Amino acid sequence: MARLQRRFVFVALLCAACSVRGAGPWQDLADDGLHDPAGPGIGVLQQPGEALSVLPQDGAGNHVHWVKALRDGFITPRHALADEPPPAIDTTEIIMRDTSTLPFVRFPHRAHTEWLDCTICHDRLFERKVGTTPINMGAILQGKYCGVCHGAVAFPLTECNRCHSVRDVPVAKAAAPP
Amino acid sequence: MIRRCILLLAICAPAATPVRAEYGDVVINGYSEKAGVRPVIFPHWFHRIRFQCRVCHQELGIQMRAGSNEIDMAKISDGRFCGACHNGEVAWSAENCDLCHSARAGLKTGVRGGHKTLGPGEY
Repeated sequence: MARLQRRFVFVALLCAACSVRGAGPWQDLADDGLHDPAGPGIGVLQQPGEALSVLPQDGAGNHVHWVKALRDGFITPRHALADEPPPAIDTTEIIMRDTSTLPFVRFPHRAHTEWLDCTICHDRLFERKVGTTPINMGAILQGKYCGVCHGAVAFPLTECNRCHSVRDVPVAKAAAPP
Repeated sequence: MIRRCILLLAICAPAATPVRAEYGDVVINGYSEKAGVRPVIFPHWFHRIRFQCRVCHQELGIQMRAGSNEIDMAKISDGRFCGACHNGEVAWSAENCDLCHSARAGLKTGVRGGHKTLGPGEY
């Protein structure tokens, strides 16, 4: 019995030690491999866990569902430094069907224009006319097209099903921009 | 018992001491170390809570490729790039060197954080 108790205490201590390093999946700055733990800024800068743990959670990237955080008012990031009216939100969706054996891709303009201006993507990354940009996973994985942001700062490319999300859509229902 | 302890440690150790930059962190070291200061860490997570992407990547014209902007302190002092906000009005002024120049020595310019691909994570 004493042996069992000792084991229990040992496991409890071990678990406590494991959880010391901040709550959740966020790394403290001093331990993130980037920040210099001896630098004067380390005690001043905000810790990711402090800022991100109160936002809608997600399973990848920053572990924050940024689109939800914005839409539901958890965050209210400024849309401009200058005094400008709120940006226009485009709600059209594009279904991309040339996806081999994977589900079709549904591209929602809304989630993107809530953060970005049209001209950031058009026409530098994507032509405006549907079907004229040769988007493919090889290029995306090398940081082109969607891969400029997805894989770097927007949700990562391991989240296949978020884009490849449409199993079967009749052609007539596939939305296209006007 | 000892074998079990080792097993437990092996399971818990990676959780106890992960070394991982936050997703979207950008190291900027175009000029810093050559000038004798720590490289810069730009945390996307911190900034996107406060500003939409369009502010930096449209209004301020910051290119979406780490290393392609050639940001230096002269431009920042002129109110360009980081200097559009880090002027003591919108955000802390650029005189707080150590808050941006906070990286370990030797880090190269690039996007860091969890999920590496051949693309942005390697730039």
